[in-house]
Amino acid sequence: MAKITFIQHNGTEQTVDGQAGMTVMETAVKNMVPGIDADCGGACACATCHVYVEPGWLEKTGPRNPMEEDMLDFAFDVRDESRLSCQIKVSDVLDGLRVRVPEKQF
Amino acid sequence: MSEEVISTDAVIVGAGPCGLFAIFELGLLDIKCHVVDILDRPGGQCAELYPEKPIYDIPALPIVTGSELTHRLLDQAKPFKPEYHFNQMVTELRKLDDGKFELKTDGGIVFHAKVVVIAAGGGSFQPKKPPIPGIDAYEGQSVFYSVKKMEALRGRDILIVGGGDSALDWTLNLQPIANSLTLLHRRDDFRAAPDSVKKMRELVAAGKMQLKLGQVTGLTGDNGVLASAQVKSTDGNFNIAANTMLPFFGLTMKLGPVAEWGLNLHENLVPVDTAKFETSTQGIFAIGDINTYPGKLKLILSGFHEAALMAQEAFHHIHPGERLLFQYTTSSSSLQKKLGVA
Ligand SMILES: Cc1cc2nc3c(=O)[nH]c(=O)nc-3n(C[C@H](O)[C@H](O)[C@H](O)COP(=O)(O)OP(=O)(O)OC[C@H]3O[C@@H](n4cnc5c(N)ncnc54)[C@H](O)[C@@H]3O)c2cc1C
Ligand code: FES
Repeated sequence: MAKITFIQHNGTEQTVDGQAGMTVMETAVKNMVPGIDADCGGACACATCHVYVEPGWLEKTGPRNPMEEDMLDFAFDVRDESRLSCQIKVSDVLDGLRVRVPEKQF
Repeated sequence: MSEEVISTDAVIVGAGPCGLFAIFELGLLDIKCHVVDILDRPGGQCAELYPEKPIYDIPALPIVTGSELTHRLLDQAKPFKPEYHFNQMVTELRKLDDGKFELKTDGGIVFHAKVVVIAAGGGSFQPKKPPIPGIDAYEGQSVFYSVKKMEALRGRDILIVGGGDSALDWTLNLQPIANSLTLLHRRDDFRAAPDSVKKMRELVAAGKMQLKLGQVTGLTGDNGVLASAQVKSTDGNFNIAANTMLPFFGLTMKLGPVAEWGLNLHENLVPVDTAKFETSTQGIFAIGDINTYPGKLKLILSGFHEAALMAQEAFHHIHPGERLLFQYTTSSSSLQKKLGVA
């Protein structure tokens, strides 16, 4: 189990339990975290699960995969710390992970 | 715009898997269909969101991809000679005095239909609008998410944003008629077809257009007329002068016009009964992801079942008082004749 904190644009935080093997996107949707639309259900085909990984966590979440890098073209305001949350798998290493939800997915 | 009026038995709004199977079920009952979709091809979510992904829960098909399922459904519907209208959004639906329904599309097609089947899924696929502050003010005049008439953009200073096929295709199409054209993308890597990227780079090398790397953060202009776009990039911020901007950020599903057709809605879904899958308006049915009822599962197989039951009631609506004989496709020679196998 890993605690994951989602930070909304207005600063509200929500910490939920992530299960190993699930994705960060699935964890958000299961816990009804606002702002993670995930139109395509995790197929890496919509870019509406965009998050900003908080400083210090980028190394642990690992780099973007090539499909994700392509799909990020369809996200808005992409930064160095941008990831598609459906492409981050929860594991014990990510216990305490903090990600920021963009103001709007689209 | 062409003012075509098409009279038909049924119009199906949406060519996703459920709309496609409805052609088959209605066809068995001699109900002729026209099918409209805003996408440029059939398949709905299966085609747009996961063409290459395997689906494992279609009865009797242990594994099938989204695109293969679409092709199989098209094949199955073929004997009934459905007519497809792609790149068309159904914008209006209203009841006429004679009990028929009138539907209009944004491309100017008008249908008169005895029954309407709404198979609009998660809604119409629409271009994503980048949340740039104040962008609304420029829409329709300076900012366009799709190009309906190329000529309207002749002589303009055009900024195209994106790196996919739409962005590259429109770059190549519009460059010859634009006064100036800039392509802006967040990185120097493009997911578009390599051939288009190569052509674009040749135009840049020849000084016929510009390629810039960065992302739009703001727009300035006056009265809906764009003057320039502010861009943030890894090596500083800059402005691009343009009076026209075309952002291409892919598609998203929005309920869209369905909400304006006077039907009862519940949380953006259309409530139906589970015997006929009819909406709050008699003669208008809703099947697939767009409908809701107690126990609803948003699965393709549920939509198939819904299509079969809907077709029965559609028949009674078109032929009031007529008895409908229950038949199997295995053994009914009349059904087999319709399928072209007897
Ligand atoms: C990644 C992913 C995986 C999935 N996996 C499965 C699975 O394994 N098994 C399963 O059973 N289901 C699965 N689904 C769900 C399945 O795809 C949907 O249940 C199914 O597509 C619904 O079909 P539909 O015909 O109702 O609508 P859709 O497929 O959504 O098609 C609706 C169509 O209607 C069009 N439309 C809407 N409004 C208008 C309008 N006003 N004018 C013109 N056109 C309009 C849209 O453009 C769209 O093409 C999955 C979905 C996703 C996203
Ligand atoms: S959920 Fe669609 S890309 Fe992540």
